[in-house]
Amino acid sequence: MFYIFCPYCKEHREEEEFHARGQAHLMRPSDPDNTSDEEWGDYLFFRNNPRGIHHEMWVHSVGCRKFFNITRNTATYEILETYPMGEQPTITAATPDVRHEQGVQVADGGWQTVGARSENKALNEEASS
Amino acid sequence: MQRYSGFGLVKHALGHHENWERQWRNPEPKKRYDVIIVGGGGHGLATAYYLAKEFGVKNVAVVEKGWLGGGNTARNTTIVRSNYLWDEAGRLYNHSLDLWKGLSQDLNYNVMFSQRGVLNLGHTLQDMRDIQRRVHANRLNGIDSEVVTPGQIKEIEPQLDISSRARYPIMGASWQKSAGVARHDAVAWGYARGADALGVDLLQNTEVTGFKIRDGKILGVHTNRGDIEANTVGCVAAGNSGVLANMAGIKLPLESHPLQALVSEPLKPILNTVTMSNHVHGYISQSDKGDLVIGAGIDGYVGYGQRGSYPTIEHTLQAIVEMFPMFSRVRMNRQWGGIVDTCPDACPILSKTKVKGLYFNCGWGTGGFKATPGSGHVFAASLAKGEMHPIAAPFSIDRFHTGALIDEHGAAGVAH
Ligand SMILES: Cc1cc2nc3c(=O)[nH]c(=O)nc-3n(C[C@H](O)[C@H](O)[C@H](O)COP(=O)(O)OP(=O)(O)OC[C@H]3O[C@@H](n4cnc5c(N)ncnc54)[C@H](O)[C@@H]3O)c2cc1C
Ligand SMILES: [Zn+2]
Repeated sequence: MFYIFCPYCKEHREEEEFHARGQAHLMRPSDPDNTSDEEWGDYLFFRNNPRGIHHEMWVHSVGCRKFFNITRNTATYEILETYPMGEQPTITAATPDVRHEQGVQVADGGWQTVGARSENKALNEEASS
Repeated sequence: MQRYSGFGLVKHALGHHENWERQWRNPEPKKRYDVIIVGGGGHGLATAYYLAKEFGVKNVAVVEKGWLGGGNTARNTTIVRSNYLWDEAGRLYNHSLDLWKGLSQDLNYNVMFSQRGVLNLGHTLQDMRDIQRRVHANRLNGIDSEVVTPGQIKEIEPQLDISSRARYPIMGASWQKSAGVARHDAVAWGYARGADALGVDLLQNTEVTGFKIRDGKILGVHTNRGDIEANTVGCVAAGNSGVLANMAGIKLPLESHPLQALVSEPLKPILNTVTMSNHVHGYISQSDKGDLVIGAGIDGYVGYGQRGSYPTIEHTLQAIVEMFPMFSRVRMNRQWGGIVDTCPDACPILSKTKVKGLYFNCGWGTGGFKATPGSGHVFAASLAKGEMHPIAAPFSIDRFHTGALIDEHGAAGVAH
């Protein structure tokens, strides 16, 4: 059961009052007429699905009914911060101490597994031997 | 491989069942295989089995980070049916249903496939129109399916509350008589034993931690037990597919969500069939052991913890009590979760990728157990030939850019 801090009500409330609404910070293509099928497909269907730090949109549906964002670890379920729409997260998968404390390996090295080998960019390429 | 039979059972009973042969080996990884399957769930094991048995590819490894069939294969509620709306999905699930019918004999392993039928209830006029449309589509595709009235429902499942007093009165249902349930663990073990006997190496406790890719071609996998080479790699990792895709620099249109199930204390036989309702959103059947097997929807957020939230359990049980008021005081014994890889059109992905030789079989989400034999069969054919099998071809990842989606949200319903 999540205990979620609504950045508008400024109170912690139970999960039941909220609804998860998917990945945060999705940007609709700004020039629809010149957007390719590839870009439309990416916008509509492809989502980050990290095992680790994720930014997602929630709505306080039976409270103030406002949307806001949560930074949450999808493996440990720990909520790291909540912030209003229009703001950027202060904690991301690249934040060094999050990386260590949460044991999360991030996408920049093609890695996200918790508990796998340490991150290494070269791993996705054949080592020249 | 020691064949199982009634005679063998009697013989081993005399030896106090102490001399049964191990069902499969626990080999050391070889340096190189023709095909590597990542993920030792039902779909991965079935793929390996059909590769060796039907397509002559015997130098195969199944790389599994935990134990065989410990993922969603062990966590699902075992509903098997094929009454999906669209031609492409109908073909895929019906191919699977055809294989289910002979599976115990084929594997020489009792998968306890029980064709006790599935009811999909309708509670509104729109539900009934959707059900009629789906049933007609099914019949055009040769899938047994019919629309039944509340009176007929009462005969099939007498304990169901069909009265007009219900909050969501039942107006009718679709009924697939050839649908049913099977023993999930036995499916994984049966395929594992069959594949092992044909020479497939089942590598447990072996986690894929990266891919060897050069010039856009797959050369093998990195694992916690060293590197293993192969020019064909098929990933069949359900909820962890996105994590694997990410290692290969590929994006999939999937989200991983927890999905829960519950079983009650064992009861005397009370349910004849499987009952599902999209509208009140729950489904139920009774296992041969007697426990009620219950499930409903996913948790709304992305999550990799194999557990679910309490509000979801409450909603699930509300739905069950709405359909079967008599179960209101049954106690639940156990509850668990699995990580399902949901896809935007509620259909799976069986596809090549931009990395040559790297394939994905995923996106089965909340309803892939029923597809285990068919998915394994067509995926094996695709890996062996290097071309997607005609039944698998429409499920390419390209459809999310071309727009040729196969929308099965209606048939997927309460998910399964
Ligand atoms: C609660 C619940 C109820 C369900 N009910 C039904 C139902 O009634 N009917 C139905 O048809 N379907 C149902 N499903 C869906 C069904 O269980 C799945 O679609 C199906 O079992 C998927 O099989 P699989 O072999 O692809 O995945 P899994 O059985 O999950 O196997 C994937 C394997 O990949 C392994 N793996 C992951 N990452 C790695 C790695 N890096 N290296 C090595 N191995 C790795 C995992 O350990 C796992 O064993 C349900 C699912 C759940 C969770
Ligand atoms: Zn609020």
